[in-house]
Amino acid sequence: MSRTLPNRREFLCTVGGCAAAAAAAGCSDLTHTSWFRSRFREMPEAEKKTIIAELEKEHSARFQQPVTVGVEPPMENVEFGYALDISRCIGCRRCVHACVDENNQSREPQLQWIRVLEMDKEKGIDFAHADAYYDAESVPREGHFYLPVACQQCENPACVKSCPVGATWKEKDGIVVIDYDWCIGCRCCMSACPYGARHFNYAEPSIPTEKLNPKTHYLGNRPRMKGVVEKCTWCIQRTRKGRYPACVEVCPVGARKFGNLLDPESEVRYVLEHKRVFVLKSELNTRPKFFYFYGL
Amino acid sequence: MPPPPFTEGAFPCTECHDPEIPVNKTRRTLEMSHQEIELKHDEEHRWCLDCHSSTNRDKLQLASGEQIDFTESYRLCGQCHGDKYRDWRVGVHGRRSGEWNGHKSYLLCVHCHYSHAPAFKPLKPMPPPVRPSQLAKGGKS
Amino acid sequence: MATLRHFWQFVTGSLRIVTTGNRFYWAWILGLMTLVVIGAITYVDQLRTGLITTNMRDQVSWAFYIGNFTFLVGVAAAAILLVIPAYVYHWKPIKEVVILGELLAIAAIVMCGLFVTVDVGRPDRLWHLIPGLGNLNVPSSLLAWDVVVLNGYLVLNFVIVTYLLFSLYRGRQPAKGVFLPLVLFSIPAAIAIHTVTAFLYNGLPARPFWNASILAPRFIASALCSGPAVLLILMQLLRRFTKFHIDDRAIWKVAELMAYAMFINLFLLGAEVFKDVYSNTEHMVHMRYMFFGIGEHTAIVPYMWLAVFCSFGAFILFLIPKTRRHPVTLNVGCVLIWIGVYLEKGMGLVIPGMTPDTLGEIYEYFPSSSELWIAAGIFAIGFLAFTLMVKVATPIMLGEFHLAGVEPINPHPEEHGAVHAH
Repeated sequence: MSRTLPNRREFLCTVGGCAAAAAAAGCSDLTHTSWFRSRFREMPEAEKKTIIAELEKEHSARFQQPVTVGVEPPMENVEFGYALDISRCIGCRRCVHACVDENNQSREPQLQWIRVLEMDKEKGIDFAHADAYYDAESVPREGHFYLPVACQQCENPACVKSCPVGATWKEKDGIVVIDYDWCIGCRCCMSACPYGARHFNYAEPSIPTEKLNPKTHYLGNRPRMKGVVEKCTWCIQRTRKGRYPACVEVCPVGARKFGNLLDPESEVRYVLEHKRVFVLKSELNTRPKFFYFYGL
Repeated sequence: MPPPPFTEGAFPCTECHDPEIPVNKTRRTLEMSHQEIELKHDEEHRWCLDCHSSTNRDKLQLASGEQIDFTESYRLCGQCHGDKYRDWRVGVHGRRSGEWNGHKSYLLCVHCHYSHAPAFKPLKPMPPPVRPSQLAKGGKS
Repeated sequence: MATLRHFWQFVTGSLRIVTTGNRFYWAWILGLMTLVVIGAITYVDQLRTGLITTNMRDQVSWAFYIGNFTFLVGVAAAAILLVIPAYVYHWKPIKEVVILGELLAIAAIVMCGLFVTVDVGRPDRLWHLIPGLGNLNVPSSLLAWDVVVLNGYLVLNFVIVTYLLFSLYRGRQPAKGVFLPLVLFSIPAAIAIHTVTAFLYNGLPARPFWNASILAPRFIASALCSGPAVLLILMQLLRRFTKFHIDDRAIWKVAELMAYAMFINLFLLGAEVFKDVYSNTEHMVHMRYMFFGIGEHTAIVPYMWLAVFCSFGAFILFLIPKTRRHPVTLNVGCVLIWIGVYLEKGMGLVIPGMTPDTLGEIYEYFPSSSELWIAAGIFAIGFLAFTLMVKVATPIMLGEFHLAGVEPINPHPEEHGAVHAH
């Protein structure tokens, strides 16, 4: 496959697509080569290097600070899992905003990967009566519990199946990633996702220069462009280096647990073995690796 | 693990609690000092000296009589809250930060639960998301 | 070489035909062109600003554009399916029915392509869909399949219609051995495009409103109503404004078949409503949103009832022989069908399927003015293409436009290329 790639770039160049594409996209962010980029999954090492250098230069200039774009691959013998204690979550939305900061989500128009749903204790988990817009002086509110939802990193991801160009796939460590430079913005994946986890850039995303997190990953939190889909990657730029995701570290009640499912000593494994655990919409056979549990 | 969260200037306790002064072990309402402490932690059944050592004020005391440092306060909590203690030790109760596969920082029970009134305090939530109908109205950049 | 020269003459001749017409013709063309220009300007703005100029949001991420796409796939499919009755009932000049159907299919597929193009966030990257160059995700992605079948269908129709018209133009009888297999192949292809499009929705268990096995049959049934409705009106227009002779009985037969198709369509809708309403599970919520609204969210309710009344009204009009034969009620019926199916597919399928969203949130979607103008522009392009194609095809079929020096083929001289039933 990789042998054909230089040809692809050459071909597209000679077709003179450059000008046409720039005109068609009407984008200001279109650099000279971004249109010809190969799919990251099959990108030859040499092209990867060039593109990373290009991206780092472009973002550093735009955000006036050194920006790094990592390409860390999955670790050996690691399959990530996540567990969230819904008996502890108080719905304070610290995770939502920490995620926005860590992962360079657009502030205007607003885009957030985590959605915290407030539900009635009487009704149990019932999406028809969920409210993501609660605004209270203090939480938890009497008679309510909270269910934060983001990408469930399914073992059997409906979104990946639906993508017509293979711009999204499941990595070896279980993280479902998106190649922002390959996504055509058709939003099939958003229709396919049962968890509302995928978000579309309806306009050019904007991040104030001083708010940028300059440590980024190609498949994670690097600045995105309008017209593409994005979602939670379990902070791939952190977790592939051994760190906890930002939401885990910020949660004031310690409701969020993260680790390696293949490691019997990990927190997630302990949760799976000792707690009452459930996944959302298990009937759909998506087999999420995001587990909810009752710690109490 | 960060150090235990003492009130400013409170530790070491022996600065005030002179070991030479005999200890009044009678359960009572404190009038000379520590009046700000309002015990809301099974207050019907316990008071200061159930947890604080009467012989060494810089130590805590387990039910067995063993004296422990404040940095080990979790052992004291764990006497009653065994299930939480178990979960905490494996990192499932409470917050951890650092590396999922390496160095982790823990918090003590008392970092989140004020020992004299441990119920978790409600928080002001951060702002709710913008409703989809308002998304475009925030002005485009 | 002769073929090339003939083709050149064919092209220049066609140009001459489409640039001559009466005032009515030019008003129609200029009106459409105006819409195209407005649509294009609006689209440039959408490209610059992003899809935020639409009212689509994460909660309702497919909407009006994709609804129109779906409706038009139906039109494209059904236009060809008219070949079946023409064949079964031995309408002699099957060619004319085929040609008109194919032309309609081509125009509809062009509109489909445009609707998908305006819907995607990165049209500049559509080359990612080209196998070899990009990475077409077959067999797993249904949209990838849809791209394949729709393009295949477009090419197929284009080849057939070009062959037929060019043959007639050169005064040659089209070789049955060439076009008939292609026409016959286009029938399952027509079913395939609409089935694959239905599967695009059907294959999404995240959306219970679409994840019903009745969806593909419903698509076909409703398409069998909307496609012929266009052709019926077109046949009458041709009959009035050209020398085209089309027998009343052929039109009545089509109308009768449409009544059956509409019955099946309504029956399947009824079956769907029954299942949802009687079981009254949490999945009922979409149906409730569609027909009754939820709380204050009732924006699409009147349209859905309008769709039901139109479809039902058309069914009655086409069922009663007297009304389906009367020119006024016949055409009223066609318009009602068009409205009914358009609302049902354009809005009634996509929007309730996405409302409430997968996490139960209700975002009340209604197309923005930008979406409406762009859609109008696309329809204008489709109508324009169709008008021009019919304008050229008609004189060819009538033997009025042909290569200089050849004897035009007029297979049924006494009936002027009649489409008639036996």
